[in-house]
Order: sequence, then C-alpha cells, then structure tokens
Amino acid sequence: MSDLRFDDVTVRYGRTTAVDGVSLTVPEGEVVGLVGESGSGKSTLARAAVGLAPLSGGRITLGGAPVPTRGRPRPLQMVFQDPYSSLDPRMTAGESVAEAMPPGGSRAERRAEVERLLELVHLDPVCAGSVPSRLSGGQRQRVALARALAARPRVVIADEITSALDVSVQGAVLNLVRELQRELGLTILFISHNLAVVRYVASHVAVMRHGRLVEQGPAARVLTEPAHDYTRELLAAVPGRTTPRSQS
Amino acid sequence: MHGRWSRVVRTPLGLTATVLVVAVLALACFGPVLWGSGADVVDTNDILAPPSGEHWAGTDNLGRDILLRVLVAARLSILLALIAIVIAVGAGLLLGSAPFVLGRRGGRLVTAAVNTAVAFPGLLLALFFAVIFGTGATGAVLAIGLAGAPSFARLTQTLVAGVAARDYVAAARIAGVGRVRVLFRHVLPNIAEPLVVNATIGAGNALLSFAGLSFIGLGVQAPAYDWGRLLYDGISAIYVNASAALAPGAAVLLAGLAFNLFGESVAKGLGVPVGIGLRAAATRTAAAKRPEPTSHDEHVGTSAPDVVLDVRDLEVTFPGPSGPVRLVRGVSFDVRRGEAVGIVGESGSGKSMTALAITRLIADHGRVDASRLDLLGNDLLAPDTAVRRRLLGTSLAMVFQDPMTSFNPTRRIGAQLAEVATHHQGMTRREAMARAVDRLTAVRIPDADSRVRQYPHEFSGGMRQRAMIGMGLMGEPALIVADEPTTALDVTVQQQVLDLLAAIRDADDVALVLISHDVTVVGEVCDRVLVMYAGRVVEDLPAAALATAARHPYTRALVEAVPDMATDLTKPLATIPGRPVSPADAPPGCAYAARCPLADARCRAEDPPLAAEPERHGSGRHRVACWHAGEPLPRVHETDDLVETVESL
Amino acid sequence: MSVTSTAPSPPAERSGPRPRPWARFAVRRLGRLLVSLWVLVTASFAMIHLIPGDPVRGALGPTAPTALVEARREALGLNDPILTQYLRYLEGLFTGDLGTSISSQLPVSDVVAQRLPATLSLALLAFVAAVVVAIPLGVATGVLTRRGHGRRTELAFTTTSVVVATVPDFLIGVALIYVFGIRLELLPVAGDETAAAYLLPVFSLAIGPAAILARIVRVEMVGVLEADFVRTARAKRLPARTVYLGHALPNAVTAALTLGGLLLSSMVAGTVLVENVFAWPGLGSTIVQSILTKDYPVVQAIVLVYGVGVLITNLVVDVSLALLDPRSTIRED
Repeated sequence: MSDLRFDDVTVRYGRTTAVDGVSLTVPEGEVVGLVGESGSGKSTLARAAVGLAPLSGGRITLGGAPVPTRGRPRPLQMVFQDPYSSLDPRMTAGESVAEAMPPGGSRAERRAEVERLLELVHLDPVCAGSVPSRLSGGQRQRVALARALAARPRVVIADEITSALDVSVQGAVLNLVRELQRELGLTILFISHNLAVVRYVASHVAVMRHGRLVEQGPAARVLTEPAHDYTRELLAAVPGRTTPRSQS
Repeated sequence: MHGRWSRVVRTPLGLTATVLVVAVLALACFGPVLWGSGADVVDTNDILAPPSGEHWAGTDNLGRDILLRVLVAARLSILLALIAIVIAVGAGLLLGSAPFVLGRRGGRLVTAAVNTAVAFPGLLLALFFAVIFGTGATGAVLAIGLAGAPSFARLTQTLVAGVAARDYVAAARIAGVGRVRVLFRHVLPNIAEPLVVNATIGAGNALLSFAGLSFIGLGVQAPAYDWGRLLYDGISAIYVNASAALAPGAAVLLAGLAFNLFGESVAKGLGVPVGIGLRAAATRTAAAKRPEPTSHDEHVGTSAPDVVLDVRDLEVTFPGPSGPVRLVRGVSFDVRRGEAVGIVGESGSGKSMTALAITRLIADHGRVDASRLDLLGNDLLAPDTAVRRRLLGTSLAMVFQDPMTSFNPTRRIGAQLAEVATHHQGMTRREAMARAVDRLTAVRIPDADSRVRQYPHEFSGGMRQRAMIGMGLMGEPALIVADEPTTALDVTVQQQVLDLLAAIRDADDVALVLISHDVTVVGEVCDRVLVMYAGRVVEDLPAAALATAARHPYTRALVEAVPDMATDLTKPLATIPGRPVSPADAPPGCAYAARCPLADARCRAEDPPLAAEPERHGSGRHRVACWHAGEPLPRVHETDDLVETVESL
Repeated sequence: MSVTSTAPSPPAERSGPRPRPWARFAVRRLGRLLVSLWVLVTASFAMIHLIPGDPVRGALGPTAPTALVEARREALGLNDPILTQYLRYLEGLFTGDLGTSISSQLPVSDVVAQRLPATLSLALLAFVAAVVVAIPLGVATGVLTRRGHGRRTELAFTTTSVVVATVPDFLIGVALIYVFGIRLELLPVAGDETAAAYLLPVFSLAIGPAAILARIVRVEMVGVLEADFVRTARAKRLPARTVYLGHALPNAVTAALTLGGLLLSSMVAGTVLVENVFAWPGLGSTIVQSILTKDYPVVQAIVLVYGVGVLITNLVVDVSLALLDPRSTIRED
C-alpha cells in the first residue's frame, strides 16, 4: 500500500488561508487530476506534500506513514511548471538527473542509470552532456521528469507540467505521462487548470476552489455528471464546448 | 564562458579598463621594489620644490620626491583596499546567505538587521567603526571592510533569494539535498558572476574610501604612507606645490576608475542575455531577401466596400545581432465589417508581430513594409499625422495579453480611459469622465462611478481586462485587435471576456482580430482562422472547417495535438516532432518541411504560395500554402520518432 | 498578489480598495523609523564602550594625572553600571542634553546647535541641485537612448556618468580649489560667509550623486518605455509628449527613487569630507577634529545627528514614493 493521503490539510500564509481542510487520496498506481483556477490552492497543496510549504493543520501520509521531508530517500517527487526555471543552468542534464539518484553505485553504474532514465523519457542519452540552454522546452520537461524518476519515487506530483509548453510539444509530454503510468505503474498527482488535459491523463478528478476541495470522484463521472455548481461552471467555460459565438 | 569574457576585453572601454587594472596591479607588485629606496631619500636643501626636471612632481616638506612616493604608495593603497573588500564580501556573503540556510524565522531577523544597517551610508558607518578601532591602517581596513558589509549582504540576499525561488532549487531540496549543499552546489555558482563584478567595483570604491579616511587623518599614519596620506600631506602645501596634492589625487582616481570601469564593462559584457544561444545562432542565418508578392491571387485590386482592414504582403523586420531578421514574411488578409478573424500559431510564429504591425505599434527600430495596409480606406503606412492619430485612437481598439501590466500603475483607471476622449474627441475632463463611467458600465463593471477613482491594482484580473476593452470603446471602434486577451486569465474569467467581445461585435458590428495560441479558443470565437508558422500564413480557412476540413498538415496536427473534452482516450495524442522554427532561420523551402511527414524534395526547395482552395463548404474562402494540401497523413506510432536529440547549432 | 475572480452570475468580485492603505503604511513606516532610531541611539551609546582601553585616558593622553582622569570619568558617569548609563543617556536625549565636550567643556548641544545650520544648508542645497539636474538629464537621455536608438549617446553617457560618479567628492573639491582658487583666483575656497562660497562645496558634493541618479533614471526610463502600459498609451495614440511625461516619467522616477533614495542619504554623510576640504564651519569638520582629539561625547552626538539626518532623508523618499505610486503603500516588507 502506498496511497498518498491528504488528511484535513490546511496551509496558511500569514492571514491568508491557501489550503483549507483538504482531504484527498491518491490511490497507488492511479493518476489523480487536481483542477482549479489560479489561487485555488492546488499548487500549495502539492508544495505542502513535498515539504516546501509549512502545514498549519492536518497530515499528509504515504502508505500510512508521514511523508519524509528530510534526508533521503524521498519517495515523493515533483515536476514543476516552468521548464526554464526547473533545471540549474550550470549543470548538464545528466548531472541534474544524477543528483536526484540515491547515493551509491560506481561511476559507470550511475552513468548507465542516467542513460536508462533519459531513454525512459524518450531522450537521446547524448542529451546527458547538454546544459539546459541547449535543450528545447519539451526536452527540458522530459529531463525534469527523468530527474523525478531518478529518486525512485512511489508518487510523482506533476504541477502544471504542460502549461508552459508550445501546443505541438504538449501532446508528446502528455503521451509520456500516460505511458510512464501504464508501464511503471506510477502513482501521479497531476495538477492542471486545463480540464481537457486532466481528462486525458487522469482516472480520478478532484476540483479545488478558494483553498477547498469542492468535488472529487472518477474522472468519467465528475466530468460528465458534475455534482457541484463550480465544477459545472468550469466545464461550461472550457473552450470548444459551446457553439461558435458568431452563430449564436 | 570563455567567449563571454573575451567579449568584455574586445570593447574599447573594456580593453582600456583591463589594461589599467593590470597596470595598477603591476605597479602595486613592483613599485616598492623599483623605487622603494629612492622614495625615502631626504634632501633638506630642496624641500617643497615645485616640479622640475629632476623631481617631476616636486618634493615634499622633507625634500623627498613626490612622484616616486606616489608610485611606491600604490602597493599599500591597493593592498589595504583589497583586504577591506575581502572583509566586506566575506561578511556580506555570510550575512547574505544566512537567511537561506537558517530558514524562515532566523532568516527574517538577519534580513531585518541588514536592512537597518544598509540604510546608513557607508561613510557614516566607516566613521563609526574608525572611532571604535582607532586611527591607523588596521582600524581603517576594519572600518571600511565592515562598512561595506551591509550593502554586500543586501546584494547577496537579493541574489540568493532570486536563485532560491527557482524551481531547480526546490527540486534539489525535494530530492533530499541538504540546504548547505544546495547553497554551494546550486545557489552560489549561479550568483558568482554578479558578486565578482560588484566586488571589483567595490574594490575601486574601497580604494577611494581609504583615500578619504587617510585624507582626514584617520587612515594610514606616518611614516607609512598610502595615496590618501600623501594627499593629506600634500593638501597642506597646496599653495606652495600644488602637484604634491594633485599627483596622489590623480593616482588614486586613476586606480579607482580602473577597478570601477573594469567592473562596469564586465557587468555589461556578461549582462547580455547569452543563455539563449539558440536564438543568437539562429538569427545569423537570416537573409534579408524580399519575397515576390505572394498574394497575386483572387483579391488583388481595390478593397471591397465593407473591408475594415486590408493587409497585403506585410513584412516586419527587426535588426538582429548579425543582420536584419524577418519576423513576418508576406502576410496578406482582410477583415470585413463585423467579421472575427483569428490568428493562431505557436511562439515565434509572428502572430503578435502581425498584430502590432497592423496597429502600427511596432517599436520604432523595427521596420514594417507592405504593399498595402489600409484601415477603413486610410493608408496606415503614410506618415503619422494628428488626423491619423485621431482615426486610430477612435476607430481601432487594442487589447493586450497581460491586463496587470498594461495599465499605468500610477494613474487612476478613470483618468486612463478619459484621456482618450480628451485627446481625440475634444471632450472636457468632466464629459470624458462621464463617458468613462458609461463605458465601464458597458463592459459590465459594477459601481463604475466609484471604480473610476481606483488604481489598476485595486481591480481583479478579469475586471482589468474588461476595463481595457472599455478603454477601446471610448471611441467608436470599427476594429478590435486582441492579442492573447485571455491567456493570463482563469478559464471562467476567460469565458466572460470572450462573451463580452462577442457581445460588442454583435451590438455594433465591430470587426475582431483575435490572436491566440489556443486553436480551440479561436475556433470558438472566430469566423475565419489564419494559421501562422515561422512568420507566414500557411492556411486561411473558415473556423467551422478547422476540425474537419483543414488541409495543411500543420493545421491538422495542431488541431489533433490539443486534447479537448471529446478526445479519444484510447489513442495517444498526435505529436509534431522537433520544435517550432523561428522566422529567423526559416529554410528556403517550406518552413514546416523539417517536421512534416509529407515533406519531399520540392517542399524543402520551394516555398509553396498561399493559394486559394476550391470552396467546398459554402462557408467561405479557403487558402492554403502546401504542395501536399489535404493528402492523408501517415499515422505516427506513439513511440516512433519520439527520441529527441539535441539539435545541432 | 494574485487575485482570483471567479464570477458566476451575478459577478461577485472582490470589491473596494483595501481598508485604508495609508493608515497601514503610516503605522508600518513609523514602526520602522522607531526601530532604526533605537538602533542608532544604542549604537552611538555603545560606541564609547566599544573603544578598547579607557576613552578618557585616551582623550587626555598618557601624561595626564590619574586623579584628573578619574575625576573626568566620574563626571562623565563612566563608573556607573552600564544600564544606568544607558538610561541616563536616553533621558538626556529626551531633554536635549547631549553631554559635555571633554576638550572644550562646553555642552555638546551648544556645539551641535552652532555647527548644524552650515551643514544643513550645504546638504540641502546639494540635495536639491542633484535632483534638479539628474532627473531631467536622465529622462532626456532615456528617451534618446530608448531601445534601438542612440547607441553612441548611451555609451558616452554611461561612461561619463561612471567616471564622474567614481571621482570622490573630496578629490573634486581639491581640484576645484586648485583651478578656481589658486589658478584663476575666482572663487573663495574656504568658509561660508558669501553666497559664492557655496558654489564649490555644493558642486563637489552634488555632482557624484547626480551622475549616479541620472544614470539610474535613464535605465529606468528606458525600461519603462518598454513596459506594456506605455504600449497601451501608444495604442491610445496619445501625443509623444503625453506618453513620455504623463505615463513614463512618474513610473521611471518612482523606480529611480526606490534605488536612488540611499544615494541621497549618502550625501548627508558626504558633507564630512567636503567640509574638511573647504574648511566649512559645520558638523563635518567638527566630527573629524573631535575624532582626532578623542572628544568622544561630541563624536557620539554628531554621529547621532548624522544618523537622524539619514533617517529623515529615507523617510522623505518613502513618503514621496507613496505619493507617486499608490502601490508602494501596500507593499509588504
């Protein structure tokens, strides 16, 4: 059992409550999509899980035990939104990936592991020697995924990982996420403001608004028969759902 | 790395500064060795002598040669300044990186202490410490070093905070790398350059501060002497032998300038955005060759009477590091009254440049060429006049991407709307303000009469964007050009803004040009869609045809690559290998050929013209620029061709 | 600050300004002023105790009789417990008692009162001169060197301003004395008796900060001219003058003041050196004399006065910023 469970989690910054009593379970081997608009607290929830935001209440557990936020190993890894900020400009892709790997192993073993990880995300192992400025946005995001996988995580949190990418590249990264989930049985908390993207990768969907969780359930149910008004409103706002305006 | 530093030396200023710094350092090393004994020769028969052939700068009150003493004093002056700057940088680094290591609470205390200290000028702090440590070289070194520490601490803090906010630091922390290790591995290397540059400038300033302290008698004490001490001695004799004061003054100034100018040139040399080597390399291939007009097809001739905007062979050229770069290459289209035309494309496709060009808002070092650019029958390429400004100011409305930054933060919303009416419509301030309230109400802003007195930061994002639209409605616009108007907004707010634009179109028959990267948004809002790639329009088709009848392989891939609420979940998404080509390095043939599954030799050699397709839907014109328009695409298997390699530069 | 507006029907967006941003600004700013003031007072008190050895012995010299030193120590209250001394120091400040000069035996408050006006007039004039010269100069060069324009002008301006800013005020003073006083014999080089006597000291003091400030204003102006809201102003087809002066200028000056505020307060301290060059009868020449003669009560008091001057300058800058840019009243810091 390595479900990621959020139990009545609250995060406060000063007087503002960013996350307000959220309870959510990410079952092992599943992709849970977390949707909401900017300021809804979805990213803060993710940052709280990996220890980047302080908990003011509740608990976050992985397989029943608290998520370790000190030392190694770190079974919970995160991929960030901006591929231009998530890689150290002075380190090669290979060094970035290697840094996240558990310590130990010979130099050759570590190099082989880096190559295996890069191939896993469909990057030419030659990329290991490149600094980020030589890589495209899509390639950087793959390196970031490889780095997250390098730590041998039980759960990966993907925070808006496609929203900074060009549309022609976004599809390839989404395909990769689905493939990794299927082939490695990875557990993923997939955060996005884009319902169509979440629909494509997630089996479960949770909806956040103003720091609260307003609805959660199987993707097929939430996205077709939403129970909460806000979910309905979000669904109605997805472009391409209504008839073209010029004819209305 | 190497190239960046050599670029510093290559500028005339940088070269001068480098030579000066090397000369000053050499003087510090060898001055006392060469002239040390000569500088101490006392000649009581020749005291306070003016400059002569024997003593170029005259002699001091003991008859010692001033020039030699100035040369010898270089070592002590430079040495003391360097020690002081080491103290300042060391203490600054310690205090500046402490907040990162200590975390939230402890960090806040250090930050507050530094902020308080940094408010006091360095000279005042130096005097304070000079009193405590006493007069003399050691006291002065400590005083100047410690006085410089707060500003270096502040600089370090700012730089560290900047890097610490980057995601790679978060990623390293999540991977289990400790704070101190992150500091040394990720943070310090990335702030080293600005720190070194500032330390160099700081060394120059320390040198000058030292001279200042010595000048008022608080620095080096006789018989030791640095430049400041010589200046102190010289100033008392300034009426007898002015060069006794001027020579050490000139020396300290020259040395101080050398360090400062060196630091400044390094800062300037490194400050150039060099990380994006791709773009710089790309622009080099741009050849400034004008294409033949590409639109010798159906709509040459005079514009139809209901055409609001008529664009022919639009070219936008910007100067690049190695020759001009054509960002928009021969774009032609027209917009009719009440029509909504969407322009879609990825970053670098030239869509925003097109929007700025047709509204004549290209920054003035960019060049706009067109065989025709008419708004309501008026030539926009003609020289700017008051009449044209009024026309554009009242009949053309512009909506920008980021409503947060597009309003002037220091002026009230009402004033920003009203000035359109006072400038172009001859209204009084009162009338203009009434119109502003009316227009804000029209864009559904509640309590508009009190809202006009608020500042932009008091509006929410969606409201700001509506106010921006309201600003465009101050006149009687015939055309609204909206450049990614909803990209910075949440989906529900996006919907409100799109609804508002649609309502305005319906009510007043206003034409709309909507620029977006989002095919679904454009498909939903617009009648007609122009698809841009690498600065060209590759397809011009009715919006209704996007999903089913697009003919260009790029358009088809774009539509399929983006998941919507009806995407088949059992199949992988379509992908486009490679990355978008920037207009700068567009190949001679079709710019999309490198990523296109249908491309053949002809595609790579010859750029296809934007040619009319036979009308098949009865819904409007359809133009496409492809040698293989409409041919079936081979289905790319999920894992094929997905291994990406580093593109050669 | 990210403001989410999620509006079902009817729009229920966050409305109204934050509650009284000015009041919050005033309270916060006042709090910071008080803390800085406390730090300053404490530092000036601590100064005399941080000096290694006996300050009175240091002041009177090694040959002074022990009895005299002991008497002076007693008179200065240096033999009392440190807390008592501190409280007495604070009490003295509130009643305007700054102690007694060791060398002249005069009340320090009299010394300060006598010397302050000369320094104040010098600093204020230089302050005004620097701002009046730097802002128009920076704005004009900013417009001339906006993106894609005036590469040469920019290089010339930047180089000149770096060079001018590097020359320390006291060296400029020495050079001016040499040229105008010794060579041309045009202007007085010492004292503050005539209006002409102000010319050289004010110039020496103001030119460096003016160069830096002009440079900052230029950089900010160039940056602001690239800003989205300037593009909006151009999209409204306003005349160039309105775009530059109405929209760009206030923002450029705001940004420049944020960076340049420290610069203006450094001019307060700059008077120390300039006064010594021109034999100006102000606090600057007094403090140097007092440091050299180890007259610590006077040094303490003048350090305090300078510090207060700096704090007041910072306050003036912050309030001007708040008036120019309404956002700065809600900035958290």
